[in-house]
Amino acid sequence: MKIHLTSVFVDDQAKALRFYTEVLGFVKKYDVPLGETDRWLTVVSPEEPGGTELLLEPAGHPAVKPYRDALGADGIPLAQFAVADVRAEYERLSGLGVRFTQEPVEMGPVTTAVFDDTCGNLIQIATQPE
Amino acid sequence: MADDLFKALADPTRRTILDELAEQSGQTLFEICSRLSMKHRLGISRQAVSQHLAVLEAAGLVETRREGRYKFHDLNTAPLRQITERWPVPDPSRPEESPS
Repeated sequence: MKIHLTSVFVDDQAKALRFYTEVLGFVKKYDVPLGETDRWLTVVSPEEPGGTELLLEPAGHPAVKPYRDALGADGIPLAQFAVADVRAEYERLSGLGVRFTQEPVEMGPVTTAVFDDTCGNLIQIATQPE
Repeated sequence: MADDLFKALADPTRRTILDELAEQSGQTLFEICSRLSMKHRLGISRQAVSQHLAVLEAAGLVETRREGRYKFHDLNTAPLRQITERWPVPDPSRPEESPS
């Protein structure tokens, strides 16, 4: 078994697609209309076009808001992405106006930081030691 | 107030939390939990950390603020002054008065 797809809920799929592609640098993989407004919308890393897809899933279900509000208040990220250098990525994203709730810090062997994806989620980036 | 302060300081985990907030003020609960587990190998639950933070907050050593959807914890060392007011610390810059 392997992880082929994982998802984050997003407030607005069009806005999420812009953030995840133009700011974070992912590329769109599937964009299939579903129902009136929703889309099956996935992005992948340009470094791994055949790798795990991230589904940007509409956050309309009533359970989503209380769930995300509670996690947000405590600063708990919904997903973790690997980057080559957390500090460099922190500088790059901060320069693009991305807001971090946790600046880069060494947590034992890994360095991590947490930012707001502007779509209702906190995302952690991490650099693993070689 | 003073009793709360001494109770808060009496616990080693709470002192570690204060150390981490001294290094970086303004942390979310998630970051505090991460630091305790990853840096200090303290395997304690998020609920337990929350309870420790509540004790520190009651003593005035930790203050919380909300920014948008997020809640941050800040260190406030002002209550510690009560300790040196109660048991004054000699000023090291002044030469010791010798009982001649």
